[in-house]
Amino acid sequence: MPKSYRDGLPISPDKFVDQLMRLKRGSISRRDFLGLTGLGVATAVMARELGIMPTPAFAAENLGDRMSIATWPNYHDPQTFENFKADTGVAVEVNVFGSNEEMLAKLQAGGSGWSLFVPTNYTISTYKKLGIIEALDMAKLGNFDGTKEDARFTAEGTIDGTIYAVPKNWGTTGFAVNTKKLSKPMTSWKEFWDTAMAEGDGRTMVHDYQLTTIGNALKYYGYSFNSLKQDELAKAEELLLKVKPHLFAVSSDYQPGMRAGDAWMTMCWTNDGAQLHRDIPEIAYVLGKEGGEIWTDFYAIPKDAPNKPAGYALLNYLMNPKVAVKEHLANGAPSTDARVNALLPKEVLDNPILYPAADLLKPLEFGAAATLTDPGRAELMARFKSA
Amino acid sequence: MSKTGHKTSQDNATGGRKSAGSQPAFPMRGSLLRKNLMTALLLAPATLWLVVFLVLPFIAIAIFSVGERAPEGGYQAALTFAQYANLPARATAFWNTMVLAPIGALACLLVAYPVAYYLALRAPQRWRLILLALIVIPFWTSLLMRTYAWMYILGGRGIPALLVYVGIEDLRLINTPGAVLLGIVYGYLPLMILPIYVSLERLDRRLLEASADLGATPVSTFLGVTLRLSLPGVMTGFSLVMILLLGEYLIPTLLGGGKVFFIGNALVDLFLQSRNWPFGSAIAITLVLVSVVVLIVANRISTRLSGARRVDLI
Repeated sequence: MPKSYRDGLPISPDKFVDQLMRLKRGSISRRDFLGLTGLGVATAVMARELGIMPTPAFAAENLGDRMSIATWPNYHDPQTFENFKADTGVAVEVNVFGSNEEMLAKLQAGGSGWSLFVPTNYTISTYKKLGIIEALDMAKLGNFDGTKEDARFTAEGTIDGTIYAVPKNWGTTGFAVNTKKLSKPMTSWKEFWDTAMAEGDGRTMVHDYQLTTIGNALKYYGYSFNSLKQDELAKAEELLLKVKPHLFAVSSDYQPGMRAGDAWMTMCWTNDGAQLHRDIPEIAYVLGKEGGEIWTDFYAIPKDAPNKPAGYALLNYLMNPKVAVKEHLANGAPSTDARVNALLPKEVLDNPILYPAADLLKPLEFGAAATLTDPGRAELMARFKSA
Repeated sequence: MSKTGHKTSQDNATGGRKSAGSQPAFPMRGSLLRKNLMTALLLAPATLWLVVFLVLPFIAIAIFSVGERAPEGGYQAALTFAQYANLPARATAFWNTMVLAPIGALACLLVAYPVAYYLALRAPQRWRLILLALIVIPFWTSLLMRTYAWMYILGGRGIPALLVYVGIEDLRLINTPGAVLLGIVYGYLPLMILPIYVSLERLDRRLLEASADLGATPVSTFLGVTLRLSLPGVMTGFSLVMILLLGEYLIPTLLGGGKVFFIGNALVDLFLQSRNWPFGSAIAITLVLVSVVVLIVANRISTRLSGARRVDLI
């Protein structure tokens, strides 16, 4: 994340072009605006120049010269793909997405062209049920070591003893607060929503994402983050409709608003929280004490992947702890792999944004598969957005 | 999209008629055949294009719209009008769109008319081409990029940061209805200016002189002659902008903070988030029908206002 955000001056032409290039590279905050606007066009080609190196490391299998990955914005170290290309001759095209729903929509429509993608834990069972993802051939993933993975974060990748997805990293969903603007210390979702209608009026953002926006409204009443119960959802809807006129935005692209000082408080994912706090120390990351979401993002291979050999090769490459550690330093999300944690610097492991205290983690819930496809929650979200 | 489609097909149809009509009284059988074959060949690419990219998708959408949402999302075959019966669930989105589209087009018109007037009637001849080019040049960059630029101009590091120097603190411009309106006017202005410019440029200036000679004030000359004769251009620009605004979703999302929900936003969400293809298709079909009605009404109004002169908008 560029330091240029720190200075208080209006954006210069240079910086704007810089932003544009970041946009093209697809490295603007997770679930960024492109995804949200449904365009999903932040398709950037990394390392497209002609392959100088042949394919020394993977000479046994023909990997082709290009492949495509679907992932989240700001989620990889671009150097990783450059290095992969230097090693294998395969150029990686990075497609950036705004939500799991959108990834699923693309895969359901067919012909996505991806050979690897990054779904979140609660979606994997649906992908498996729909026959969209491949049972992973672990023989091709020598760098993966299941015994070194934290079982709490990996369970949902394995269905009936078969591994369909291997973890990339985990994280939480809390909220970020600009403590210079909102100095009252906050510790709960109740305070988040109440502040949004008081001191944070016109300055608060919620995700354009049913899982977290509805889930965290449910937490106001202490209900489950994943509730599908009619009466509980009705209460959450009542709260959301009451808060709506006070909001700054309904958008998952919250980094620009927070950095520019337009927004003072937003729902926020770990990695964005870590990046915001790193660049602007007065922005704090808070986990609601009532609970909320804990998540793991996985790697999976679509059944219709056009270049499976390269998909496996890249996945195996990413599972190498030496490669993975750079990924974690770049995106700021905590690793599930003990081998990677051993390589991470102490200040990263001590960062409470990445590794919250046990009592804060305890009430968190993983998203439930049913919320992904539940029409009731989708309609509630539409009513909230159109209100 | 459908607008362009209509235009092409009709232009071609007229072209075909004309060539048939301009035949000599007793044509040679062979040359007529050759001419018809030629016409068919010339029409083939456009027809094929329209069938593949407009007619077939439209049929697919129509079929989806009477289907059901599969349990995991997507489409499953059925024959039901439940999706259409469910349209009131997006009534607010339709309403927002029906309010935004005319207001946005009107705001565009108010800004565009003086510009077009200046360009066509007042600007020095040698500057005209340059000024027109300046209006068109922003179109070389995608609307997405230009709207994104506005996010920075209106955002906290943009204009509000400058206003701090004159003592205005914590002013918020981004994610307001004003910002959305500004984005719309900025984005669609050239589409309004150009048709008005064309109709004003053809204006016979002797009519203005005649009007003045007959004692009309400049204001009544403007209202009775200039404005009247430029109405076809005004209506073309107005319906062009309005049709595009009916499907708009980018500007409200980026400059309005996603708080205002238009039918375009509802469509995006139904296909990409809740994956309710049948309901999305029903809304798409309804939107197409509404657009066609808007065009027909605009055409009627324009015909009436400009003194029963036929104006082809579509």
